[in-house]
Amino acid sequence: MASISFEKVVKSYGDVNIIRGLDLDIRDKEFMVLVGPSGCGKSTTLRMIAGLEEITNGHLKIGDRVVNSVHPKDRDVAMVFQSYALYPHMSVFENIAFGLRLRKLPKDEIHKMVHDAAETLGLTELLDRKPKALSGGQRQRVALGRAIVRKPSVFLFDEPLSNLDAELRVQMRAEIGKLQKRLAVTAVYVTHDQVEAMTMGDRIAVLHDGELRQVGTPLELYDAPQNVFVAQFIGTPNMNMLRMTLDEDGKTLRHPSVSIPVPPQWIASANAYKGKSLLVGIRPEHVRAVDENEWHNTAALSGTVEIIETLGHEIIVHMAIEGSDTQLISKMDAHNTHTVGSVVSVEVHTTRIHLFDPETQQRLTSE
Amino acid sequence: MIGQITSALMAILFAVGGCALFFVGANVLLDRTLSSRGHMTDLQRQQRDSLRESIRPWIFIGPAVALLTIFLVYPVFKSLWLSFHDANGESFVGVSNYQWALTDPEFRISIRNNLLWLLVVPTLSTGFGLLIAYMTDRLWWGQIARSLVFLPMAISFVGASVIWKFVYDYRGTQGDQIGLMNAILVAFGLEPQAWISLPFWNNFLLMVILIWIQTGFAMVILGAAIRGVPEDTLEAAQMEGASPMQMLFRIVIPQIVPTIVVVWTTITILVLKVFDIVLAMTNGQWDTEVLANLMFDWMFRGGGDFGRGSTIAVVIMIAVLPIMYWNIKRAREDEQ
Repeated sequence: MASISFEKVVKSYGDVNIIRGLDLDIRDKEFMVLVGPSGCGKSTTLRMIAGLEEITNGHLKIGDRVVNSVHPKDRDVAMVFQSYALYPHMSVFENIAFGLRLRKLPKDEIHKMVHDAAETLGLTELLDRKPKALSGGQRQRVALGRAIVRKPSVFLFDEPLSNLDAELRVQMRAEIGKLQKRLAVTAVYVTHDQVEAMTMGDRIAVLHDGELRQVGTPLELYDAPQNVFVAQFIGTPNMNMLRMTLDEDGKTLRHPSVSIPVPPQWIASANAYKGKSLLVGIRPEHVRAVDENEWHNTAALSGTVEIIETLGHEIIVHMAIEGSDTQLISKMDAHNTHTVGSVVSVEVHTTRIHLFDPETQQRLTSE
Repeated sequence: MIGQITSALMAILFAVGGCALFFVGANVLLDRTLSSRGHMTDLQRQQRDSLRESIRPWIFIGPAVALLTIFLVYPVFKSLWLSFHDANGESFVGVSNYQWALTDPEFRISIRNNLLWLLVVPTLSTGFGLLIAYMTDRLWWGQIARSLVFLPMAISFVGASVIWKFVYDYRGTQGDQIGLMNAILVAFGLEPQAWISLPFWNNFLLMVILIWIQTGFAMVILGAAIRGVPEDTLEAAQMEGASPMQMLFRIVIPQIVPTIVVVWTTITILVLKVFDIVLAMTNGQWDTEVLANLMFDWMFRGGGDFGRGSTIAVVIMIAVLPIMYWNIKRAREDEQ
């Protein structure tokens, strides 16, 4: 059993709180991704599980055991570092075997274990090489090999793919996922890349300023972000956020450039905001040109094109709209030939909007 | 006083200014005399350009080459020449100076002592330096400790010898002992010792002085190298269960081998030249003679024998050569 739980965990350096009271349960054999912008405390959280950082306050449990003061080597965890942290003076074989040698396992057993791990990762041909003579992807595999050879119950990954090129990254993403399922171990994976988080995680924990903002499956985070931060962090491009005023009758949201009828699932919770303002989140894929959607409930608006990003299969259009400082972002068909400066008419998919309280930044409850 | 300072400043100004004037002046002169401006064909221009640019480097390295030749290369050949001549450097004597060296008991003791110094001082200085650098790396008071260990580097060898003379001081059997070592012995009720005249072991007492000085040097250089070892390789080793000493020997040291070699050879070369400490402490008495002091004795004191003195100098140089060669070779490999 290798579940991991944080109970009111605090990490501070002097007066600076890096982690402020983290409560998080990671289930046995789960692939948990910790994601957030740099400086959010995700790496610190991972290093606390590894035992490389002391815990200032609270409890950290692996299984049912509080491990606050347990030495890293006795936690049964293995870590893959961002820089791979291979020992430059050792061959691939020795790199993988190092931990086993320290445990004084018999030679032939070490030999067998290293070869098994190398075979799993396709490293058999490279066992005699030094890390210097390996490509980035191969080094990455050696780092993985070093982690799996000890058969730990928890894998920790600290942005392991950030030094690889885009193609290799996609490939390794899939491989790491498969490996974790096959070995049936708990994995905690830190990344700042939300695409990595979405594609790899069984569940994702979004951290910001040392606090947990939301934890859930990728789709939960995407479909029902609990606050403005998560809403804007998950999904590319960022979710549009418009400050709109709710009519006294609680049925229509108004903005100088668009009016949106409150979708039925939001009516009850929006009741408390009659005559006040609300933050309305609209994903760029829910803003499309009039002739490019088959939505039933729409609201029309128009804007002036300021930036066009051509991606091939689609274009991302940033437009200035009346009454808003920030641009409205829309995903459109790539063959839609707009030019900068032209005025375009688009429609908003009104039943897919998200409502947030402007003060607390929290999501209103929808039914 | 003020007069002295002014003349020192003048000397500095004159030397630095003179150098600058020479380099700039010579450079300008070259540009003027071999200018490729004016009426000439492109071919002539090209010839002038290449002539000018092939002369230019010599302006800059010329003075250095000349100085090195006069003060380094010439003395080497002069020493070689002298070593095959008699005491006054007048008549050729073949290899008889070398034959003398092989049979001279003092020379033999010097060779033995130099070998002992070579074995002990670089090993212990580098070893202690490495250990102190590693152990103080993560302590908040590590910087203070390192400063204290480094301090002896600022003391001259003779100054250090004077300090250690007090440590080893011996006042006969009657008087009060003021030496630290003897004070400790007396405090434990033991007989005071005449430390620096204890045959054989007194060599090690002299080596302690150089180790005391050089440990700071080794510590500083190796400390910087240890800082350069990637932190995460240490963390990875820690997670795999390596103890601090296992981390030192299996992760840190293998990664800083080139620096260890440089420190080791630097101290080794210094040891081959060791002179001041022996001169100040014992002047080679009680079987503590070393080659450099022996050479000095024959060359300038009592002996006044240029042939034998030069022979000893040549022997020291031959001993240094392989280490120098190895050092330079390693440095070249590192650059590549």
